Amino acid sequence: MSPAARPLLIEQGASYAGILGIGAYRPARVVPNSEIVDAIDSSDEWIQQRSGIKTRHIADDSETVVSMSVAAARDALAAARVDARQVDCVVVATVSHLLQTPSAATAIAHELGTDQAAAFDISAACAGFCHGIALASDLVRGGSARHVVVIGVERLSDITSPTDRGTAFIFADGAGAAVVGPSDTPAIGPVVWGSDGEQYDLIRQREDWRDAIAAEAPEIPHLVMRGNEVFRWAAFSMAKVAQQALDRAGLTVDDLDCFVPHQANNRITDAMARAMKLPSTVRIARDIIDAGNTSAASVPLALERMIRDGDAKSGDVALLIAFGAGLAYAAQVVTIP
Amino acid sequence: MSTEEIRAALADIVNEVAGVDADDVQLDKSFVDDLDVDSLSMVEVVVEAEEKFGVTIPDDEVKNLKTVGDAVAYIERAQAA
Repeated sequence: MSPAARPLLIEQGASYAGILGIGAYRPARVVPNSEIVDAIDSSDEWIQQRSGIKTRHIADDSETVVSMSVAAARDALAAARVDARQVDCVVVATVSHLLQTPSAATAIAHELGTDQAAAFDISAACAGFCHGIALASDLVRGGSARHVVVIGVERLSDITSPTDRGTAFIFADGAGAAVVGPSDTPAIGPVVWGSDGEQYDLIRQREDWRDAIAAEAPEIPHLVMRGNEVFRWAAFSMAKVAQQALDRAGLTVDDLDCFVPHQANNRITDAMARAMKLPSTVRIARDIIDAGNTSAASVPLALERMIRDGDAKSGDVALLIAFGAGLAYAAQVVTIP
Repeated sequence: MSTEEIRAALADIVNEVAGVDADDVQLDKSFVDDLDVDSLSMVEVVVEAEEKFGVTIPDDEVKNLKTVGDAVAYIERAQAA
């Protein structure tokens, strides 16, 4: 060590972080089951019984990953009363930004009017938003950022086959956003997260781009899913992860006001609630009925809906859990802003 | 456990998961055709049964369990193994 070496200066972050505001963007076009069923030889009744879904929003050409994200983020900033210039990091969770590089996040940060905020995308599929909230909380507490915009956004209609009976009725489009910043009290609990790469193939893009292009009739590679195996994993393993997130925050199901699981399938939500023995007083997110499964966007969309409908009130304790391709999962307890 | 004890315990699970009257869950009944238990409910029944009977029922095996009797026989064999 040189005699002149001095210890590095480090940043001190906020003692606690919290979600300061939630925002959403739902594409204008609403597609009922009746428009889906012919291509998959199914019925409205079957889809509702298997998933709970009645309608979903599908983006048009003008509703891009970037434009939907900007709209949702502006909504979240307004709710949080935070100016875009105060945002110093933008984290975007998505699997349907079809430009490999640059990330969607830098364009979004620019359009929002941030002052050259750090910006990057993360790939954790349906679990992406809860990964983003965990990162944002640590960035704020670690001093790397003061206000982080976390966005979950998808245009799954671009990568879903309309003739695939296992996915065509499930996947949909939309964007949700949260502003994470300093809080006077602990408002984002410890994350419980992980992965199970042994089940890498349960939900995936069917083939990589090179194989897709080499095909006789090239098309965008679609998502494929082994539904019953996903159901078993999600309904039961994820109930245990959700319970761990409560334990880590020092709470029990009796302390919960709201349960906001990834809107994968209403049947998964029902099975999780049963496995966790949630009291009937806990309000459970059911945005999937009108919004379908929007992967990374589903948790913030469901949260926004509960706040707007009065099912989640300021100060309420909500358990978030998201899970999907990878397999990857993340859960944490948060306080509703 | 006797066959009847396994059937009765399984009937309770099917009742809890799918709302089927436990008395209807008899050995000759088909889960799908007679009891209206669809494949997602069947996954739930299987996971609950694994816990209750201390056995493992892999996904590949579930499609072979067409009747209540099939499931009871599988559980008996798995418990004996």
